[in-house]
Amino acid sequence: MDSFSLSQFGAFDLALMLVILLLPLLSFVILIFVGRKLPRQGDWLATMNLSICLGLALLLFAKMLVHEEAPELAFRSAAVAGVDAAGNGVIEDYNPIWVDVIGFVVKPGILFDNLTAIMLVVVTLISTLVHFFSIGYMHGDPRYSRYFAYLGLFTFSMIGLILSDNLLLLYVFWELVGVSSFLLIGFWFEKPSAASACVKAFITNRVGDFGFFIGIAILFTSFGVLGYHELFSALSADPTAGGTLSAGLLTAAGVLLFMGAVGKSAQMPLHIWLPDAMEGPTPVSALIHAATMVAAGVYLVGRLFVVFTPEALLVIALIGALTAIFAAFLGIVMHDIKKVLAYSTISQLGYMIAAIGVGAVTAGLFHLMTHAFFKALLFLGSGSVIYGMHHHQDMREMGGLRKKMPITFACMFIATLAISGVPLLSGFLSKDAILAGALFQWMVPGSGGPAWLYALPFVLLLMAAGVTSFYMFRLIFLTFFGETKSEHADHAHESPKVMTVPLIVLAVLAIGSGGLGLTSHLGIGTHWFNDHVAAPTLDVNEPNGAFLNTRSTELVLTEDEEHAEHSSHTIAMICSLLVAGTGIFLACCFYLWRKLSAAKVAAVLAPVHRTLENKYYFDNLFVGVLSKKVIVGGLNRFLWWFDATIIDGIVNLTARITRVLAAIQGLFDKIVVDGLVNLVGLVTIVWGFFAQRLQTGRIQTYLMMFLIGFVGLAAAFFLIG
Amino acid sequence: MENAMDLSPLLTALWVLPIVGMAIVLMMPSRASEAIKTVAAFFTGIPLVIAVVLYFMFDRAAEGFQESMTVAFKWIEQFNIEYYIGVDGISMPLVLLTQLLMFVAVFASWNIDKGVKGYFAMLLLLTAGITGVFVSLDFFLFYVFWELMLLPMYFLIGIWGGPRREYAAIKFFLYTLAGSILMLIVLIAVYLSAGTFRIPELLAMGQAGQFAEGPSLFGLPFDKWMFVFLFIGFAVKVPLFPFHTWLPDAHVEAPTAISVVLAGILLKLGGYGLIRFNFQMLPDAAKWLCGVGEGSIPLIQWLAVISILYGAFVAMAQTDFKKMVAYSSVSHMGYVILGLAALNNLGFNGAAFQMFTHGLSSAALFLMVGVVYDRAHHRDINGFGGLALKMPVYTGLSAVALFAGLGLPGLANFVSEVMCLLGGYQAEHTRYFAIAAAAGVVFTAGYILWALQRVFYGKLNEKYQTMPDVNGREIFTLVPFIALVILLGIMPGWVLDWMKVSLDGVARLFS
Repeated sequence: MDSFSLSQFGAFDLALMLVILLLPLLSFVILIFVGRKLPRQGDWLATMNLSICLGLALLLFAKMLVHEEAPELAFRSAAVAGVDAAGNGVIEDYNPIWVDVIGFVVKPGILFDNLTAIMLVVVTLISTLVHFFSIGYMHGDPRYSRYFAYLGLFTFSMIGLILSDNLLLLYVFWELVGVSSFLLIGFWFEKPSAASACVKAFITNRVGDFGFFIGIAILFTSFGVLGYHELFSALSADPTAGGTLSAGLLTAAGVLLFMGAVGKSAQMPLHIWLPDAMEGPTPVSALIHAATMVAAGVYLVGRLFVVFTPEALLVIALIGALTAIFAAFLGIVMHDIKKVLAYSTISQLGYMIAAIGVGAVTAGLFHLMTHAFFKALLFLGSGSVIYGMHHHQDMREMGGLRKKMPITFACMFIATLAISGVPLLSGFLSKDAILAGALFQWMVPGSGGPAWLYALPFVLLLMAAGVTSFYMFRLIFLTFFGETKSEHADHAHESPKVMTVPLIVLAVLAIGSGGLGLTSHLGIGTHWFNDHVAAPTLDVNEPNGAFLNTRSTELVLTEDEEHAEHSSHTIAMICSLLVAGTGIFLACCFYLWRKLSAAKVAAVLAPVHRTLENKYYFDNLFVGVLSKKVIVGGLNRFLWWFDATIIDGIVNLTARITRVLAAIQGLFDKIVVDGLVNLVGLVTIVWGFFAQRLQTGRIQTYLMMFLIGFVGLAAAFFLIG
Repeated sequence: MENAMDLSPLLTALWVLPIVGMAIVLMMPSRASEAIKTVAAFFTGIPLVIAVVLYFMFDRAAEGFQESMTVAFKWIEQFNIEYYIGVDGISMPLVLLTQLLMFVAVFASWNIDKGVKGYFAMLLLLTAGITGVFVSLDFFLFYVFWELMLLPMYFLIGIWGGPRREYAAIKFFLYTLAGSILMLIVLIAVYLSAGTFRIPELLAMGQAGQFAEGPSLFGLPFDKWMFVFLFIGFAVKVPLFPFHTWLPDAHVEAPTAISVVLAGILLKLGGYGLIRFNFQMLPDAAKWLCGVGEGSIPLIQWLAVISILYGAFVAMAQTDFKKMVAYSSVSHMGYVILGLAALNNLGFNGAAFQMFTHGLSSAALFLMVGVVYDRAHHRDINGFGGLALKMPVYTGLSAVALFAGLGLPGLANFVSEVMCLLGGYQAEHTRYFAIAAAAGVVFTAGYILWALQRVFYGKLNEKYQTMPDVNGREIFTLVPFIALVILLGIMPGWVLDWMKVSLDGVARLFS
């Protein structure tokens, strides 16, 4: 085994990755079995393990920073294990096999590239901060140690998801994050709302995973491989997979794979689970339902970018953009502080998905990172507020908390500026890049559908940007400004250091993480993201690869297109500044200066307001009608009736017919067969009855009979003879 | 291996020891119930140890029946009937599973207090019967063991069962008997045609297409009607829609340990029979009913998918916890049939592995229901609530069992389900069926999590304030399954490596 060196990747780094992967699992195992017996119920153990993971992840990331490699090369060759890459980083010895039957071999492998490196840092960093924060927030909970155990399970699964080098392994961890999410949403399971929220989350995700799985099945059946690297090689070598894969089927595969992302990243129409998931403890919402797990869908779509045909990408862009705008509207009408943030998360995830759909993969993944920091900050901040408010989370009971919770306020305000797209903050940079990508797609439409459809993402995303700044400032004003509106708000207090320090760290990142940035036209930042987390590409020389998306087959732009790309950045930036400013201004009018009344607007737009309050009736449709009426009330009952009445009826009928037949046979037996037997008996008896009369016992009678017989016989003899 | 040790006496011991145990139990005074249980534990425990030894002595590279474990000698010479036993990669894991389950079943029966002597005698006889079916290489012997196991099962349900035990027992008996009669007809017909009961020879003949000619029945050629008869006989055991309605009744009425055996192994006898006779002996007829080739009917995959979805929906409609688990078996065994219908390597491996993993998970699920039934004396899913508050250990173990049933990755059932589905998707004739079956995964999650929510989550039912958590004996019965489900989820090779060579032989018949 070679030792650690900055310039090369080797077995030592692999060991580090495995340590990062397995330490949280170790926390889980220890805490679930002996957690309650440990001092402080083992919170220090989980937190320490995660901190070690963070340190190691940062070390690996630092190595990637100094790694001099072209972006595409980094994607392909920095794979450390399980992937036979060109050049460095392949460790042949490390080759465990998970499933090995003929025609189906799954080797768990690690794919480590720049995207993995940055995702590892994001996950371990936020997880560590959430661990610290939870020490304060969950203090005194009766299942304190189990909470940290579950956090460990989640972090393990999430890291596994990032490190996986093949689709099936990804699917495994994909479901495991789902189950950790289930356990954590349902952490306070004695609350009926939490108990049903966790079930809803899991089942909704399963709907998406159904598509995801079929997508995997299509690719596996066509190419016979599951690894990303092998898959991409096979795709570029022969996009039709020996004639088995048509453009339509590849589009279907892409859309089906995307279904998984729709579920996990809460895109419409499978977003309904995420707002309910807020039943979980707030630090969990920050970690799982804002920063990391829900972004897994974005990660998936980014990772598999080359697989999507132009048609599939258009679907992705439209779903993402529609989700961004529709969820943002819902953020306006929510009163629960966490629900606002939940819809905000859905909306922002829509942004990322749309970004990848329009081909701005880097921008989407960059937004994934910046959003992870500022949204985790917003959630932890809201957690701090809720903690200060003694677990009340309705914003109508808050107000004026600015002075009572100054650190929380300052941090949340920074995050709000970031998400609203105020210049120089991280969110501004990433959102701007997405808008530019969407605008570019409008100017240079793809081949997946009519050109006007390519205009939609930009328009919708731009509107969403305005709405976002509006609802975020509404949240800030309602919570921290004005007068306190309840006793709880009067007695609110700043949270302990173990909770505020993570907030401060995240606030710094919400400002500064844009520095890893990508926009060169502002002349700031390191452009690291732009240079090193590029969209994966394919070298397709085959003419039959025409149905692949051009973004991934060739990156060379014509002069016009290059011009369009330049101007798209400028236009997008100006537009986004304008709408963000408008949103903030309107929020000030409504909720700070109170020049306009939200109630009056709601009254004027009553039908709209009602639709929003009912969340576009998605829940009514899916839960109320589809799940409760059609499946549970209808189909299940009908089939159960069918089973008990028809099928069992036939079985019982057969039995009854048999019994009736048996009874008839019995009667036949009794009357005819037995009748004959009895007749014989009867005849004998009757005969006997008469015969017995002859048995008088008197010798004279016998002699008399003898004589009559003899005479009779003699007479007969003579008469016949 | 050269000079390989003759291991066949060990294989014989697997079914003889329980018979010896039964004899001893029958000679003991019926008052000595603890001693009877100990004897039963001993005479199922030793076979378990032997089975583990055999499992590791098994030559995984060899296709077909293991030479070192095969033995044959004459039994009824006039009819060429032999005592001929052996195992291959298909039966070996199931033999091990049988011994494990029967051993645990003894402990799961520890609180039986009525007719202890008869109960454990029957249980031991059942062990012998099931083991015998898996190791028989003589069709006649197979049939004898098949009928032998039917009898104790009837009494175990009919005497030690719940309120409607007699109805359930008779239903079980008649259903199975109907299947047995069809099998008996095939047994006679195949003997008259082939002149031997030796399964390996029958397989070779069938694979060579020798049964294509022979007496036809109802206008069907010889191999096809034999296939149909055998298929119905085994489908009843699996059970496949629409032959499944004996299962819920039998499960609901049977005592916990018997439900464990029923779901864990008895259903696998059906799957085993299908692989061994229908698919391995009559491959052409199998193609015919799997929709491959001209004039074929895609019947088997239809029944598989209907079982999967139908089982899931009906399970969702249940309020009886045990009945829900029973219907989940109908659904999960559907994956086995789908895997078989795919007629490819992935499908066969998936099907065989799914039988093993379902054996583990369903056993755990029935034990789980048993725990709560022993305490509350009812099984109404809606009658509990919040048990996780009072019974954390029980909840943890149950959660793993339930998640295994739902096919969570990391647990063994995931691997087998994925293999069945991927195999199904790979084969063109089962492609759309696999997609429909994959949708079943959503509904499986539905009924399992919904039950979990109602039983363990939510407010604690006041009645169960003092409900004690699982005791040592219950943990001892549950843990082997939970541990194996996790272990095989991470290292499925521990079973797959044993099966794959033999199953490749089956798959080659169809490629």
